[in-house]
Amino acid sequence: MQPRTTIYLDYAATSPLWPDARAAMAPYLDERYANASSLYAAAREARKAIEEAREIIAAAVGARPDEVIFTSGGTEADNIAVQGAAFRARNEGRDGIVVSAIEHHAVLDTAQWLGRNGFRVTEVPVDADGVLDVEALGRVVDKKTGVVSVMAANNEVGTIQPIARAGEIARAAGARFHTDAVQALPWIAVDVADTDLIALAGHKVGGPKGVGALIVRRGVGIEPLVHGGGQERGLRSGTYNVAGIVGFGAAVKTTLDARDQLVPRVRALRDRLQDALTTRIPKVTVNGARAERLPNNCNVCIDGIESEPLLLLLDAAGIAASSGSACQSGAAEASHVLTAMGVPKARALGALRLTLGRDTTAQEIDAAVGEIEAGVKRLRA
Amino acid sequence: MKILAAMSGGVDSSVAAAMLVNEGHEVTGVHLRLTEQSPAQDGRVHGCCGIADADDARRVAQVLDIPFYVWNFKDAFAHGVIDDFVGEYARGRTPNPCVRCNETVKFGALRARALSLGFDAVATGHYARTRVEDGRWHLYRSADTEKDQSYVLARTGQEELSTARFPVGAQTKDATRELARQLGLRIADKPDSYEICFVPDGDAGGFVERSVEIPAGEIVGTDGAVLGEHPGIHRFTVGQRRGLGINSGSAKTFVLEIDAPQNRIVVGPEEMLGRRGLDAEGVRWIAGRTPERIDAVQVRAHGGVAAAGLLDVDGDRARVGFAEPQRGIAPGQLVAFYLGDEVLGGGTIARANR
Repeated sequence: MQPRTTIYLDYAATSPLWPDARAAMAPYLDERYANASSLYAAAREARKAIEEAREIIAAAVGARPDEVIFTSGGTEADNIAVQGAAFRARNEGRDGIVVSAIEHHAVLDTAQWLGRNGFRVTEVPVDADGVLDVEALGRVVDKKTGVVSVMAANNEVGTIQPIARAGEIARAAGARFHTDAVQALPWIAVDVADTDLIALAGHKVGGPKGVGALIVRRGVGIEPLVHGGGQERGLRSGTYNVAGIVGFGAAVKTTLDARDQLVPRVRALRDRLQDALTTRIPKVTVNGARAERLPNNCNVCIDGIESEPLLLLLDAAGIAASSGSACQSGAAEASHVLTAMGVPKARALGALRLTLGRDTTAQEIDAAVGEIEAGVKRLRA
Repeated sequence: MKILAAMSGGVDSSVAAAMLVNEGHEVTGVHLRLTEQSPAQDGRVHGCCGIADADDARRVAQVLDIPFYVWNFKDAFAHGVIDDFVGEYARGRTPNPCVRCNETVKFGALRARALSLGFDAVATGHYARTRVEDGRWHLYRSADTEKDQSYVLARTGQEELSTARFPVGAQTKDATRELARQLGLRIADKPDSYEICFVPDGDAGGFVERSVEIPAGEIVGTDGAVLGEHPGIHRFTVGQRRGLGINSGSAKTFVLEIDAPQNRIVVGPEEMLGRRGLDAEGVRWIAGRTPERIDAVQVRAHGGVAAAGLLDVDGDRARVGFAEPQRGIAPGQLVAFYLGDEVLGGGTIARANR
């Protein structure tokens, strides 16, 4: 017997599909199946839908349509950005890669892999609130730096990063500047003017899984990783995921239309959640409390317990929550983000991430707080 | 009952969980992550704690339609099992990490967490049987005498046994595999694991050396004559014949004793291997009190059963006498005390007696 998940508080892991996106995708899963790269009417129709999605996504980040490269998701976009920029930069005599210590593993592990393959990798620290130390970045970026990657907003603690200033430092030194805006896109404005490369994912904005985009600003040279039919200006070959791209475009449009009205409502619910947790449960600290954060993120450390058993109790009560990022093995590790923020291991293992979204209600928040309070009490007994 | 099933991804624990589901219990599956994962690229097949094994366990839980979690018990395992493993070898003893894992992890940290979450019991895939008789829990050998694992559970007390379930213990391994096939579990034909899970290359000595520095020393005969050099006492176990690197003519030479204080390996002929008894320390009796008698002991996980009696018991120490001299009594190994099929308790071998 499985419990039934009724309260979903893991929007940072993924978000439900917007009905608009589903409706937009449906024809491309059925009768409009043509390969968008082919030469007949049905193919042109599919290609047109892709280009319309491309325009929406470009506009969302202030880019031109030809700066949008569709990928299979955020992870692939990050990989193309970091590896593609690193390999091109090395041809120019730059072998340095600089990343923030709290990057998503799609960036961090890519950089570390490059580090094992001849590149020089430097991680830049963050402060106790999970915000990049811009001065430290300035000290490590030099004429040999090829790529700098700083995320727009962190996936675990939601802290918004100073990407405009980081981008200035990187570009002043002649390095390519990449930002992972996968988590930021649903909630805050991200502008390509501040960056060279931006990674986006469809399913975090109510689009389908399996589609994402890399924004490559005009004039920024990167090497392709996936070779083949030459789609996406040769930067990402492969038959178009038409339905996915169309759904992604529709989801971005709906998200941006709803954002102004959604942000204050979600922020108020988040604050209600955070206030209740910190006042009703002893020894709860909010991670990134003094930083500017995404309005839907609440990440707390609960002293004296481990998140693994708490998540089991919440799951049994129908609540979807997380200890940090959703990883393959499913086993909790002390988060590299909290560790970079100076949180001791024992406390980091008691981290709970609750991320809200468009369908979250006050009743759900109150019910979740009640279950968390009861669970913590039980585990501390 | 609410039961937490520890699921390694192997046949036994998978079928154990399935049997409990079929009996109508409310079962939750949990896979323990005990060691650092080696990257998938190395292509190694692990016995019980790799990512592939977690995936196998997850798939079984999906088929059984039970909740499933992977829990990180790396710290408990490192402190309770690996530190002890290294420390015991460094002292010239031969540890049994599976016994330590049962005591400190499965029926230690995992059991404590399960009870705090409101579970009534922890189930594992061990081949052993439990029964309540006269208001106490008793532990018996498995119905499958070849697979029997009652030995590694010998130091389990009343508290642990009362919250432990060994569903496959009453059947044979063949029956377990057959059940797995009937249930359509893809792990039905997965081979048994015998290696130490955190030493997948089988090189326990190398593992110890990567953790601590161990000095080389002398190999001596029973008369004290130096016969050769050894690379470290952790490389030896009492009764071992191979890997001594000394030429002693035509006679076969065996490790008779590991003399840790003097950092020496004492070797001699086969006929000097026999020991008439042993001293055990850290003895725990399952009933919570010293039994009137035992009729046998088991001194290693596979084989090593000998008719024996208790000569003396003093607190958690016990002196055992064998009916016939026994070979390969290795300090550090567990000694389990039996009366017929019943396990009465266990301790750690402190020394072998001539």
